[in-house]
Amino acid sequence: MDNEKLKSLIESWEPTAEVTYEGIQHLTAVVAPEKLYALAEKLHGDKETQFDFLTCLSGVDYKEHMEVVYHLRCQATFSEMVLKVKIPTRTKPEVETVCTIWRAAEWHEREVFDLFGIVFLKHPDLRRILLTDDWVGYPLRKDYVDTVNIVSY
Amino acid sequence: MGIDIKTKETEIPADFPGKVVEGGNGGRIIVTSFDKIINWSKSNSLWPLTFGTSCCAIEMMQTGASRHDWSRFGFEVARATPRQADLIIIAGTIVNKMAPVLRRLYEQMPEPKYVIAMGACAISGGPFFYNSYSVVKGADHIIPVDVYVPGCPPRPEALLHGMMQLQKKIMESSMADEQQTLADFDKGEQPPEK
Repeated sequence: MDNEKLKSLIESWEPTAEVTYEGIQHLTAVVAPEKLYALAEKLHGDKETQFDFLTCLSGVDYKEHMEVVYHLRCQATFSEMVLKVKIPTRTKPEVETVCTIWRAAEWHEREVFDLFGIVFLKHPDLRRILLTDDWVGYPLRKDYVDTVNIVSY
Repeated sequence: MGIDIKTKETEIPADFPGKVVEGGNGGRIIVTSFDKIINWSKSNSLWPLTFGTSCCAIEMMQTGASRHDWSRFGFEVARATPRQADLIIIAGTIVNKMAPVLRRLYEQMPEPKYVIAMGACAISGGPFFYNSYSVVKGADHIIPVDVYVPGCPPRPEALLHGMMQLQKKIMESSMADEQQTLADFDKGEQPPEK
C-alpha cells in the first residue's frame, strides 16, 4: 500500500493521529496513549492494512515526555510503518498493552517496563525481565543516577 | 646432655645446577628437573573452558578452528565443564549479573587454574567503561587474571601470543613458590614476588 492511501486510512480511523511520511524511511503515526489500542487493533485486523507482524517495540525517553515505538510489517504486501505513542508524563507513564494483538509484544513490553518504567496496563505478567527483581530505578531513563556502577564521562 | 637439633649450614656450591629452597627445620628441598617436567606437562595441556560472553568469543572460536588451530600449542580441546578445564579465556563483556557465575565457574575448576582476559571489555570494561550501569569494569575485579590480551576484539594471532605468554609464565613458575589464594585476592593482596 502506498503511503498516501495509508495516511488517509489512518486519519479516517483516528483523526487525532499525526501522520508523516515525507523525508523519512517509514510512514510514522503518532497517537495519544488512550487512542493507541483501538488504532493498533485496526491496523492489525483491517483487510486493507493487515499489519500482522510486530518487528520491534522500543521505549524512548525525551526528558519532557516518553515514547513507545512500534515497528509494524505486513507479511502479505511487505509494507512497513511505524506507530508511536507519545506519553506526556514522566512520573507515571502508562499505556495499554498490545500483546493481545501481537503476542511478540509481551516480552518487549516487559523489557521497556524494566528499563524505562513505562507501565503497560492489562499486561498479563508485567515484571522485570533483564535486571534483578530487587533493582531500584529504571537505568535507561535520562535522569537515572547510580554512584556505584556508573563512571560518568 | 641434649640433642642438638640444629643442622649444620652447608654451603651450596657455586656451580650447583638446581635451585635450593629452604624447607624449614633446616631441611632443604632440591627442586630441579622435577619442576621442569611438571611445568612442561602443565603448560602443554591447557584445556580452555568453553566460555564466551560476547563478540570476542567469535574470535576465540576462530583461534580454535582449523586456520589458526590452537591445538598445535597444546590447547587441544575446549571443555564444556569447569571441572575438566585448566584455563578460562574471558572472551567478552562481563556484566554484574554474570559476575557471580564467572566466580563460581572459577571456583569449580581444579588447581592449577589460569585466566586470560581477552579484549578491552574483559580488561577494563572497554567501550562500556563510562555511563554503564551494568558492566563490570574489568574481570580482574572478580577473579585473578594471569595474562591480558588487548584488542577490540584481538586477532587470533594476538590471542595465540597471549596463550603462549601464559605457557611461558607456567614454565617459569616453581612448585615451591607460594600461590596467591583466592582469599588473598579478595583482600586485594598482590601475588607473592618471585
